[in-house]
Amino acid sequence: MFHKFANPTRFLRLSTALTPWLGGLTVVLLTVGLYFGLFRSPPDYQQGESVRIMYVHVPAAWMALFAYSVMAAMSAAALIWRHPVAELIAKSSAPIGACFTFLALVTGSLWGKPMWGAWWVWDARLTSVLVLFFLYLGYIALYNAFDDRRRGARAASILALVGFVNIPIIKFSVDWWNTLHQPASVMRLGGPTIDAGMLTPLLLMGGAYAAYYLWVLMLRVRGELTAQKVRVLQMKRARREES
Amino acid sequence: MSRFLLVIRRELRLALRQRQDSLMVVAFFVLAVVLFPFGVGPEPNILARIAPGVIWVAALLAAMLALERLFQADYEDGSLELLALAPAPLEVIVLAKVAAHWLTTGLPLIAAAPVLAVLLGMNADGIGALMIVLLIGTPSLSLIGAIGAALILGARRGGVLLSLLVLPLYIPLLIFGVSAVDAALGGFAVKPHLLIMGGFFLAALVLCPWASAAAIRQALE
Repeated sequence: MFHKFANPTRFLRLSTALTPWLGGLTVVLLTVGLYFGLFRSPPDYQQGESVRIMYVHVPAAWMALFAYSVMAAMSAAALIWRHPVAELIAKSSAPIGACFTFLALVTGSLWGKPMWGAWWVWDARLTSVLVLFFLYLGYIALYNAFDDRRRGARAASILALVGFVNIPIIKFSVDWWNTLHQPASVMRLGGPTIDAGMLTPLLLMGGAYAAYYLWVLMLRVRGELTAQKVRVLQMKRARREES
Repeated sequence: MSRFLLVIRRELRLALRQRQDSLMVVAFFVLAVVLFPFGVGPEPNILARIAPGVIWVAALLAAMLALERLFQADYEDGSLELLALAPAPLEVIVLAKVAAHWLTTGLPLIAAAPVLAVLLGMNADGIGALMIVLLIGTPSLSLIGAIGAALILGARRGGVLLSLLVLPLYIPLLIFGVSAVDAALGGFAVKPHLLIMGGFFLAALVLCPWASAAAIRQALE
């Protein structure tokens, strides 16, 4: 199944079929999720209306970790099997993941101001997410730092695997250290500790972010494949003109 | 093992013939720390308060300064390819180069640190803890840095890129390194922080040569 899609044409066919569906799913889930989040869910008894920042903040943080995990898994596949499409998926994941990380940091900062009284505190969760953001930037910079594109892809893949040590640190930072950031309340053993009225819009928004991620990922990978094709054609033309 | 020592001896001989490389690292370290009293003012209380952090950050930047040359020179003149072809596993050779790098830059930094600590008004307890934690922490800096140094081989603007790759990975060492010294200054137990630093070092010792060797292999392909 996985190796079947090492053929770019086959992958292109699948992604062309999936793209409109993923786009539609994003729009629907985002609309419904925002409606539930902004109008139908109850305000928090302590935080009041500002709890609604959660519906954009938490899914962004989930996707920041998810996109990095996809990137690391695909980098491993690219290094082990020289899987050409996996390499492009890893490359295309990085900017999207960096944007999700940035969004999580910004919305978290906007939420922190009314709740903690500060835009930023140097606790374990915030610091480790900031490190994640720099890892994304380092990955993108390393990918583009070589004249030979293959070298860049290979070096960046190794960096993605090295940086993966940060992912469990982010996930468990709120359990290992006594932080200002609240501990896990959805993905934990013993079920979520969050009210159903709030969990529904949160999960809807999570679905919307995930669909958006996959949608943009498909678009970006298709763009990369097309760019590769253009490069090959240009090389061919240059060679023809030479002879 | 004999090959490990052979590579170390070669690196040390090279470093000895170009002494200014190590000296420059120490000079940078001293200057970077000396800038702070001018930057934040000569108030002894403030200086003593920020001393552990300042010394650690300066040591980290100084160690990074020397990293770029770790594999670059050998890569450019082709001797890295010969080292990779040697009968010893590339991981062992990487480890030897890292050990030599630490001996030529990490140790001088540790030697210079107490002088700077005195300049910043740190007391004896703090200096003792600083020395121990630098002794455990600087090898980890060299080990983690080796991954970055191997990844940037042949890249454009390698030096700037190296800082972007390596500094985020240095943050945990910085946090626990500084908190160990702070604990000693505040009269708390230093041992837990030292154990965590030791754990970092052991993990880096096992994992980093492996990742660096993988990066070097793909650079030589």
